Amino acid sequence: MSLFGEVPQATPVAVFKLSNDFKEDANPKKVNLGVGAYRTDEGQPWVLPVVKKVEKIIVADNSLNHEYLAILGLPEFRSSASKIALGEDSPAIQENRVGAVQCLGGTGALKMGAEFLRRWYNGNDNTKTPVYVSAPTWENHNAVFANAGFEDIRPYKYWDAEKRGLDLDGFLGDLESAPKHSIFVLHACAHNPTGTDPTHVEWMQVAEVMKRRKLFVFFDSAYQGFASGCLDKDAWAVRYFVTQGFEMFCAQSFSKNFGLYNERVGNLTIVARDSDNLKRVLSQMEKIVRVTWSNPPSQGARLVAITLNTPELFAEWKDNVKSMADRVLLMRASLQAKLQALETPGTWDHITQQIGMFSFTGLNPKQVEYMIKERSIYLMASGRINMCGLTTKNIDYVAESIHETVVNVQ
Amino acid sequence: MRQTCNSDGGVGSTENVKARGITIFSIFVDTPTAAPNPETKLLADFKKDTHLSKVYLAGREYLNEEGQTSVSPLIGKIMQQICTDPTLCPEYPSSVGLPEFTRRATELVLGRDCHAIVENRVLGVQTVGCTGAVRLGAELLKHWYNVRGVWCGPVYLSSPCDDSLAGIFEAAGIQDVRRYRYWDTEQRGVCVQKMMEDLEMAPEQSVIVLSASAHCPTGSDLSQKHWRLLTQLMVRCRFFPFFLLPAQGLCHGDFEQDAWPVRLCASLGMELLCAQSFSHSFGLYGERVGHLLCVLKQSSTLLAVQSQAEKQVRALWSRPSVGGARVVATVLSNPAHHVEWQEGVKSMVERGILVRERLREKLRLLGCPGSWDHLIQQGGLYCCTGLNVQQVEFLEKRRHIYLHPNGCLNVSAINSRNLDYVAESIHLALTSVF
Repeated sequence: MSLFGEVPQATPVAVFKLSNDFKEDANPKKVNLGVGAYRTDEGQPWVLPVVKKVEKIIVADNSLNHEYLAILGLPEFRSSASKIALGEDSPAIQENRVGAVQCLGGTGALKMGAEFLRRWYNGNDNTKTPVYVSAPTWENHNAVFANAGFEDIRPYKYWDAEKRGLDLDGFLGDLESAPKHSIFVLHACAHNPTGTDPTHVEWMQVAEVMKRRKLFVFFDSAYQGFASGCLDKDAWAVRYFVTQGFEMFCAQSFSKNFGLYNERVGNLTIVARDSDNLKRVLSQMEKIVRVTWSNPPSQGARLVAITLNTPELFAEWKDNVKSMADRVLLMRASLQAKLQALETPGTWDHITQQIGMFSFTGLNPKQVEYMIKERSIYLMASGRINMCGLTTKNIDYVAESIHETVVNVQ
Repeated sequence: MRQTCNSDGGVGSTENVKARGITIFSIFVDTPTAAPNPETKLLADFKKDTHLSKVYLAGREYLNEEGQTSVSPLIGKIMQQICTDPTLCPEYPSSVGLPEFTRRATELVLGRDCHAIVENRVLGVQTVGCTGAVRLGAELLKHWYNVRGVWCGPVYLSSPCDDSLAGIFEAAGIQDVRRYRYWDTEQRGVCVQKMMEDLEMAPEQSVIVLSASAHCPTGSDLSQKHWRLLTQLMVRCRFFPFFLLPAQGLCHGDFEQDAWPVRLCASLGMELLCAQSFSHSFGLYGERVGHLLCVLKQSSTLLAVQSQAEKQVRALWSRPSVGGARVVATVLSNPAHHVEWQEGVKSMVERGILVRERLREKLRLLGCPGSWDHLIQQGGLYCCTGLNVQQVEFLEKRRHIYLHPNGCLNVSAINSRNLDYVAESIHLALTSVF
């Protein structure tokens, strides 16, 4: 009798299933707009030139060893990564109240933050503290917080399907009515999956309510640099909250902006009131890391640290990031222009107003099904497309397909 | 330094705070300082120690004769090749890791023609080191061991064991962690009888964590005869074995022999988990190359269990990092590389045996009390000297030699330059401290 005999099949992750279906589609015109990674105009993954360069530097450096990193990770990675999020001249950094934990990608950073909060925030081991994630959000947010023991994970209003934009009133309303000390997971920029970010003024309003109601700020920053092409611009919200005196967590991922998807390079930046509190928090983080992965992997962090700490390489990296962001912006502009030229019913301004990798097209599930079945264009049931899946070669086909779909399917 | 709340209890901006002379509670104010990791503290003390002859014997890495960690030229060459390989894709790997890696890691433990593999009832998951493998295994057990009932332990660990193990199971939500007696200080070996006694008392469906070979931290293992007795007991009592195999090949210099207990259980049709690491055998510590092996009774459950494992991984670290696993997979899939690598591991083992023999001989010549046969009977990276807490403290404070508080040490950290000093110090500890 197998002890695992009654283990049920877990529900497949939608985006992986989509990729599989795409793979098996024989249509030569097929387009995968569900992929979660950057693609070049040739539809290929891209190793950033600066990454190739730094890899060679690392391999040639005989002084580097393969020993365990410290439990909290590579120090020069942690500090330079936090500087990227908060700004080189952040007062919080100068006041020695910023620390970090090197983690396995953005997921690992969220995980560490969630585990800490469950143990030590709002009482000890308080699994009832509500955790709010945006509606919609990256589907793994739920799993990470649930797995860390939180029992009450709720949506906060975010996307207004009719308006095709931010439901600010709904968002602010949920902030006002949330129990005090609730945890809110905020997307630092390039909201996944909607591509819709609050404006500066809107962020200020969010911050005001969160401050007044003592809500915990947990930023998820997976696309810094990728959204506007400018690192500082993309970090505006995070930095604003710091100036407002918040103590907070920021889970950073370097998967997208370094193209290091498979080296799992992440950082949990911690902003505390002072260095004493920070020290205690970091001591508890160490304990949590020790029983999860013990020490984080060295390669990716080393690569990022060398890049961020070497001026020429840092400049080159920023260029590489900008070129990825620029291609996305170009595809947005092209798609919108083509839809307008085709006089596709509806407004399509949201395509260029949204930011980052993803766009919520506004296509409904029936229309999405049509796109997949009749046109072999794969996108999420939510209508989300990854702009990186568009190329100069397929954009006409995609635009025509959207047009045909909107006209024929309601 | 406690800080007081301002009148509206709000969180003010830094400038405001300073201007108004108001100080505010941190939301982290109630977070206590965690007790320092004992290993970290020991290493920090060693680093501060200015004594010229100081020796650190409490590390977790294999050190060569020069006292350094190293990778073989083969590994170095392969890393270069990988770095310049244009076909390699910077994509997300699957949650269960690189297929070539998991396939080879599985074959290494079970043997390529293991029935379980042929019958397609083995799941392999690439993990973040051995810790990641244990954590994932613990999460799987917590969630899925006995779907009908709510299983929350117990899990049995050897006494002593790696000091992070209990915490890993607890972090996965399994609070009921118990010990079975394992190391007998007087006999300086495994107290098999006491171990069996303790396990006979364990409730059905207990999970027993077992070291397949090169037990950490004692270096003392069960004989094959005792493994047979133990597995009979486990089958009879319906226990679930969770093997630890962090250094396959580094105990006997023989990969089959080091995995023998796992193969025995698999051949008996048992279900089991096995946490593996390639840190020591490849010298790739920082890369965190681990693997969780899961042997099931029926192939019909494989896909479901895999889907649940993927789900757990996504909530832990989403996907593993590929760099180190690529190197390992490259070596293990190439017969010539494989042989060269195995030879390298064998020479590490030979050096370890030599150190043990020379240490024992030196202690004998010094007239050190007690028997030191256990030094050469043990295998792998670690060795338990049998020194008590006071004697270990003496070594640290008076001789600047750092051991684990339980008297265990890392054999590879002993070399021709420090062997005499270490031996003399042990002798001194035994003859002046009781």
